[in-house]
This record gives sequence, C-alpha cells and structure tokens, in this order.
Amino acid sequence: MYVGKSVKRVDAYDKVTGRAMYTDDLADRKALVAKVVHSTVAHGIVKHVDTAEALTVPGVVKIFTCFDVPEQRFPTAGHPWSTDPHHQDVSDRNLLARHVRFYGDDVAAVVAENEVAAAQAARLVKVEYEKLPFVTDVQEAMADSAPLLHEEFPNNILAHTTMGYGDFDEAIREPGLLKFEGWYDTPIVQHCHIENHVCYAYKENGKIVVVSSTQIPHIVRRVVGQALGIPWGRVRVIKPYIGGGFGNKQDTLYEPLCAFLSQELGGRMVKLDVSREETFVSNRVRHAVRSHITSYVRPDGTFVARKLEAFSNQGAYASHGHGICAKGMSAFTQLYPCKACRGDAYTVFTNLPVAGAMRGYGIPQAMFAGESHVEDIARALGMDSLELRRKNMMPVGFLNAFDHNENYYDSFNQCLAVGMKEIDYEKKLKAYQNQTGDIRRGIGHSIFWYNTAVWPISLESTSCRMVLNQDGSLQVQLGETEIGQGADTAFAQMAADTVGVRLEDVHIISSQDTDITPFGLGSFASRQTYVGGFAIKQTGLLFRERILTYARELTRMPVFNLDIIDGNIIRTTDGRVLLPLSDLATEAIYSLNHSAHITAESTYQVKSNAYSFGCCFAEVEVDIPLCKVKLLKIVNVHDCGTLVNPQLAEAQVHGGMSMAIGYGLSEQLLFDPKTGKTLNDNLLDYKLSTTMDHPDLVARFVENAEPTSAFGTKSLGEPPACPGAPAIRNAVLQATGVAVNRVPLNPHVLFERFKEEGLL
Amino acid sequence: MYDMKALYEANSVRHACELLLAHPGAKVIAGGSDVLVQMREGRLAGCELVSIYGLDELRGISLDEDDTLRILPLTSFSHITKHPLINEIIPVLGEAVDMVGGPQVRNIGTIGGNTCNGVTSADSASTLHAWNAVMEITGIGGTRQLSIKEFYVSAGKVALLPGEILTAILIRNADYEGYKGHYIKYAMRNAMDIATTGCSVNVKLTADKKTIEDARIAYGVAGPVPMRAPSAEAAVRGLPANAETAELFGKTALQDVNPRTSWRANREFRLHLCETLAKRALLKAIELSGGEI
Repeated sequence: MYVGKSVKRVDAYDKVTGRAMYTDDLADRKALVAKVVHSTVAHGIVKHVDTAEALTVPGVVKIFTCFDVPEQRFPTAGHPWSTDPHHQDVSDRNLLARHVRFYGDDVAAVVAENEVAAAQAARLVKVEYEKLPFVTDVQEAMADSAPLLHEEFPNNILAHTTMGYGDFDEAIREPGLLKFEGWYDTPIVQHCHIENHVCYAYKENGKIVVVSSTQIPHIVRRVVGQALGIPWGRVRVIKPYIGGGFGNKQDTLYEPLCAFLSQELGGRMVKLDVSREETFVSNRVRHAVRSHITSYVRPDGTFVARKLEAFSNQGAYASHGHGICAKGMSAFTQLYPCKACRGDAYTVFTNLPVAGAMRGYGIPQAMFAGESHVEDIARALGMDSLELRRKNMMPVGFLNAFDHNENYYDSFNQCLAVGMKEIDYEKKLKAYQNQTGDIRRGIGHSIFWYNTAVWPISLESTSCRMVLNQDGSLQVQLGETEIGQGADTAFAQMAADTVGVRLEDVHIISSQDTDITPFGLGSFASRQTYVGGFAIKQTGLLFRERILTYARELTRMPVFNLDIIDGNIIRTTDGRVLLPLSDLATEAIYSLNHSAHITAESTYQVKSNAYSFGCCFAEVEVDIPLCKVKLLKIVNVHDCGTLVNPQLAEAQVHGGMSMAIGYGLSEQLLFDPKTGKTLNDNLLDYKLSTTMDHPDLVARFVENAEPTSAFGTKSLGEPPACPGAPAIRNAVLQATGVAVNRVPLNPHVLFERFKEEGLL
Repeated sequence: MYDMKALYEANSVRHACELLLAHPGAKVIAGGSDVLVQMREGRLAGCELVSIYGLDELRGISLDEDDTLRILPLTSFSHITKHPLINEIIPVLGEAVDMVGGPQVRNIGTIGGNTCNGVTSADSASTLHAWNAVMEITGIGGTRQLSIKEFYVSAGKVALLPGEILTAILIRNADYEGYKGHYIKYAMRNAMDIATTGCSVNVKLTADKKTIEDARIAYGVAGPVPMRAPSAEAAVRGLPANAETAELFGKTALQDVNPRTSWRANREFRLHLCETLAKRALLKAIELSGGEI
C-alpha cells in the first residue's frame, strides 16, 4: 500500500534537474511577443490611442487598441460553469478596456518580433483619457456620491448577502450579557508564485491552441470560447508544469487576449509573458476585508449572540467576486456556534487591482478578524483565551444543514493538545505574563476550520482515465492539475493502491490537454485529493474489474477468486500467483484469440464536503523601540484526515505557514492616494517574507479519517495559510498588551500603535 | 533580452576612460546588479555601456606602505566580507556589505558600484563615511583624491567627471587605528532588502576603556546622501563610555539628520530610528572596544 507513505514525488527528478518543461520552455523561439499597454489613470474613458510613433519601432508587427476588439464581455473566474444564468459569474471584462477602471487596466497590446521591440513600442503608445473620479476605500465606494464603476451595480455593490441562525434580537435581550465590539482590517496581498503567468497561442487545424500556465485548463477553454465568441470545441488548452498559482491562476488571465492576437495575425504563434510588475497589478490579488464583529457574551465566557459585518474590496472587476467574503462569513458563523449568529457581507467594486482567488479564499481574512476578536474578549474577561475557545468552539457532532458537513471527531481539542505540547504552551504563557523592558516575549494561538471542495455551492465533478500498457504499467489521466503541490504523486499513490500495482508502474500524465484529458475542473478549493480520489477509486475499480475479467479467460478462475496485488494476478483462495499482470497485458494486446486494449474511464460527481480543522501557535519576541516582531517559533496542527503522503503534506503546511507569516508581519500592496497607482509592484518593495524571516516551521497532524472520503482525506492545500496571522497578532498582544487590529504588524503600524499606547 | 544599444569592454583603466570620453552617454557597468535592473525596467533602456568588469587590476584589498587600507572598486561584497585585512582592520565594513541583498547579489555586486550609484541607502556607504574613506579617481589626465563626503554630490550623483572612474577606496591608518565599529541595517526584512535607515558608529576609547576619545557616526537614508552627525560626535567626545552618553548621542544626532517622508517610511518614524539606532550602535561599538556599560 502506498497511501500513507512518504514516497518520492513523481516529478522530483525532472524538477530538480531542470528537465521539467514549463510554458515558456515549450514556446517556439520564433513566437511573436505581445506586450500589454496598461492604463495610467485609475478611472477614465479612453478617448484616443496614438500608435503612430510606436509603429515605427523596427520589429513591431501590429498594435491592437481597445477600439480594435469586439464588444464581447466575458467572466474570468475559475468557477465551474453554471447552466443556470442566475448562478453564472459576472461577465464584465472585454479583451481590452475603453472604460478603464484601475491604474493598470489593459488598454492596448503591442505585438512584435522580439521582447525589446515590444517593450520599446509599448512605451511609445500614447493614450488620451477623459479622467473620472476614482475611489479606493471599500466603504467610501458604497456612498451615493462615490464614482460608479459598473452601471449595473448601484453604489458599487457587487453583492450583499446575509446568513445566520437564531433570533438575534431576542438572544441579546438576555440580562447580564457583556457586549464586545471590534473593527479589523486585512490588506491587499499578492500570491507571488515563482513563475509569472505566461501563455502562448496559435492556430492549428482550424482550432485555436492556447498553452498556458494555469490551474484550470478546462475552465480556461470555456472562457476563451466565450471571449472570442467561438464554439468551445474550437479551443484547445494545454497546461504543462506550472511554477505555482495559489489561486491567481484559478482565473482566466491573458489567455483570451493572447488567443485573439494570434487569431488576428493569421494564427501565428503569439506569446504573452507577464512581468512581475504586471503580476502584482494586472493579474489578481487577495481581497482586503474590513470586518466589524459584535459579540454578546455571558460573564462566564459563553457566547450567546454574534454578528459579523464584512466589507470586501473587490477592486475593478468581478472575478471571483462575492464568493470570498461569503465563505469567510460562513466560517465565522460555524466556528463558535451560539444561540444566534448573523453575517452581513458586502463585496464592493473600487478602482484598485482586481481581487480574485487566493489560497484560503476569504478565511485568512475572517480568521484574523474572528480570532483577534476572541482573544480580545478573553483579555477583557480575564480568562485564558484557550479555555474561552474550548468553551465555545464547534462541538463534536455539529452538523451543518446546508452542506451536511459534520464534526465527527474531537479534532479541535486533539489539535490544540498537540500544539500546546509542541510549543510548551502552559509554561510559556505563564513565563510571559506582565513583562516590562524594551524586549518582551509573548505566545498566541488561533483555531480555524476550512471546507473541502465547493459542493453544494457549485458543481463538483471529476473524471479519470486509465490505460493499460503491454508491460502491465498504466497511464493515469485526470482533469485535476499538478500545480507544484504534489497532486500527481498523491494521485499515483491512490491509483497504485486501487488497481494493485507497484507505484513505479503508474505513469501519471502531468499535463492536461483539453482535447485529450478527461474533463475536470482543475486545482482549487483544496479539492484535489478529496475529489480526485473519488474518480481514481471508481475508475480504478472498473479498470481492475476489466483486468480480472480478462484474467478469467487466461486462468479459468472466477473473478471473485482473483485479485491484483503488487502487479500480479493472485488467486485469493490460496494466495498463489497465477500470472504477472505484465504477461496478461502483453497477451491482451497481441492475442490472436481475443485482443483487447484494456482501459477504463469514468466521471464521479461529488455531492459531499468535509470540515478540515486546525490551529496555530506562535511565539514572538517584540523589540519595542525598534517596533519589530521576531517570530521565535510557529506550530501548525491540522486534522486533514488521512495523510496520503506525510512528507508532502508537511511541505504543503510549511508553504502555507510561510504565507501566513508574510500576511501577519510584512506583506501588503500600497497605492498612491493621489493617483491610485500601485507603489510597490516589485519583490523589493513588496515585503514577501524570506527564509531569514522564518523560524523553523513546525507542522503536526491529527489523522482522523474522513468518513465521506474515498481515501479518508480532506482539505489541506489552503488551510495552513489560514490561522497564522491572528496567532502572531495574539502573541504580540500577550507580549506588549497592545492589540493591533490590522495586518500586517509591520514596524510602521507598530510604531503608531506603541506611541498610542504610551510604550514609545 | 536587454534593451542595450552597445557594450564596450575596457581592457585597461586608461581604455575605460577613453571609451567613456568617446561615448559620452555611456554608463559604466561592473557587476551589473543595479545597471541591468534599471535597463530592464526602462530607466536605462537603449543605453550604451562601458564594462570594466574584466579589469582584474581593479580587484583586491591591500595595505599601502603607509598602512593605508586600499580597497579596489571591483572587489565583490562577498570577497570583502571574507578578506583577512578587512576582518583585522575594519570588520564592520565586512559585516555591512554582508547585509546587501542575498548571496547571489553579494557575489556579483561590487563596492565601487555600490558607492558610484550615489544612493543614500547603500550598505557600504554609511560605514565608509564613518571611517573617513578617501575616494581615488582616475581619468585620462591622472589620479585625484576626494573625501567620501565630497564624492557624494546629491541623490544619485557622485563627483566623477566625464571620462573618470573610481579606482580605489582608501582608509588611512589614523582613521582606523584604535577604532571599533558597528553597523545596524534597519530594514523590513532580514534579507533581500534595502535599508529603511542604516547607522554606522565607531569609537576610540581611552586606554582605561572608560572614556570616549573619539566617536564617529554616519547614516544612510537620513537625508538625500549618506551623512555624518557632527553634533552627536562632538557631544560625546571626552564623555564616559556609558548608557547615559549613548542616550545623549542618539538625541543629539537628531540635530544633524533630515530624513523625508515617503511611502516607504515617514519622517517621524525615521527620526525615531535615527535616535534609537545611534544609541544602540554606540553601545555595541563601546562593547567591541572593550568598554563596559
């Protein structure tokens, strides 16, 4: 059995030796190069684009402006399509924009023979704008007087939804309740995957082929079809290895524009390679969310009624839209069930870069607000915050009526116990009480839960194909994508166990090609092992059945007495090896009696979801005069069900913790208030945390097998990024007594807060 | 692919000067860790370059006959950090340049490039200011020397005339004998960052290690160019080497500095850093000199 073992990544050797091919490696060196000309105003109407001088640059082939593209609006979000128009994503993008809505919007595209010519010409394109007033603050954007971004959305409100349970007004009438209230702000951050988005397009046999660094090839195919107004079958999308995505590439980015440029140039290959600066500004970012939480609590710490108002900054276009804020609201209402709970979530357009999916999808924001708030309540009550959490957190047996998620085990308490032991919580909590002096230490923690996949909000469907080779090995294909997280390895382990072959005989096909690969939705929502597992199990059993049926012909034994173990056909009654699968495979193909190419393919529609749980403990040292936080230790504990590959799981947690550290302490995109321009669109000024800013990252697991899952697994991809920031914030609070209600807790913020609190 | 109009490779210092005179718009390129970045982002797009990177005669560290420390401009940061003369005479310079960027940049980046860029945040610049470095400049007509203070003219501008290049950075024996120093780079990250404020302090204590005979301090990013804080230096000369003196040092330094507010940090925060860093760096320099606080 391979599930549960830390086998080597199936792509390890190709990746470390540099043999693995990525989009840019695959593009023809003769490809034309496209460069996008971006808006230099935050809001305006393009009046005129002067390309005369740009066209004189040697090597320029053609320049397309916003007046050269069809008025054909399309949605970009990497969501499964809905055949119900009410559930479809908002179509608000054109290939290029005449009405520009943020500084960095796409106005024109230069196509040239090389990148230097393209860059020179792009700098020479002169765009004349009618400037409009712009707005960047989420609540100011909701005012009647605010500039309107999209006519269809009054007050710039893309969506406003509420949720909750219980009679709130009745609940808060209970005598003796204490009221707690707080406002919390999270920043706009960017994914910073290593490989920027890149794609190239060309025509072949009347089809447009797009090779792209994307998480969602089958979805991109649909969107390219919608954007170009051509049948979806005329689009072929190929996804090679990609250098990370973290949700930015769970969106259709420049694939439609690139396809359009190729189409307009007779199908010549056009490559669009996005720079890091453009990645920061003109791809997607994480929603900044401003949260207002009110809690009504009994003096003994029992939560009675709680309310969250959340204002999510969408930026200029809808992309993933309200899904992020709504997901955060849903997490809030279930984490600490009480008599009555209310959520009130707004997603609002502003003239800022477009917010989309990013690892955690609204939960890092909601957990920062929620878990900071719980800490503040504990301090005000003079209670241990861990006890306060234990008293109120989701109990064993809790069932959510909407998605039928169930808390089957005592996961929270188990995770907390592991984390406390790992960080020596009790001792440090006591040691760090009531410190004085310039340098102080503190310890903090937080808990969270996360969904697995997107059912029942959206479709969950996945397909798998298995093909037997002459030597008894097999190809496995899925529509679910490897994006660096190790999905291919987990899939190979699951396939080997289901079919009964050795791992080295499973050839997982990493690349997706929408003309060849069975349909799947791609990599998002921490769904790969859970959802992919269903298709692998179902297809694997079908495939096995076909092999054993053929084995009956060769062995004259009944199928019910046959099994495949380690690549051999076994008679189960006595364990005898009847023949190697390799012999059967060769015979099946070349048999003069009965030639059969043994394959299996099936689709599984998943109609379940699962709670994934966890917590984070952080220990910090705060240098008050320097306004600096040094992270001394950080521990994440997760119950993501059965671990398919413990080492890969640990690596995935490390990556998420690193993101949480940056979110908590250093990362944020900054904008010029006068122009709306992104100020720090590079990796020097955007303070992505480095290994030198990390202590050793400690990842621990509690393995409670998920009953609804094909292999006992549930989500792990995004959860590690969710609890870190509030744990760090709460540790700083213990160290200094200063509550900081916005992330990142960088020196600029701490300088202001320490002055306010009289520490400086 | 870089938008480079032409690249001329110099085969001697004189050849480099001739090339620069023959191509007045050309920029000197050494390691390229700044020039190529600026070329890529468009600021130097279409520029001509004169490369001096192949001139091995401009690499290395030695002592002149009069014990002047001679650091040649193409010496990389990592070579400076590891050089025995640096570790013996001015270890703080080795520590300061070890905080530049990351390992790759420290292997390609040179101290000459770091100073000739004329930027206030350069990690070598405040320490060189604090140790009275002398810049040796060579042109077709010969060699001249300038104090580092005179070398930095304004933000991004140094006192190199057309056809001139920097050929050595000198630190005289009298400026290092008996001094120990400490540099604090205050940045938002522990690697791959530029200084929000940098502060380099060195002291010479009396023989009994109880009194400050001389103290020197220089800042990066406390003004448009790296700068000394003469008031602070004067204020502590002759005072006991203790915490009280360090307090005074930090407070007095504020009379000399003039940081600005930018989106990277506001003036008030930078002033707070100037005071705090001066104090801490002085205490550390006293400790390194054998003083007891």
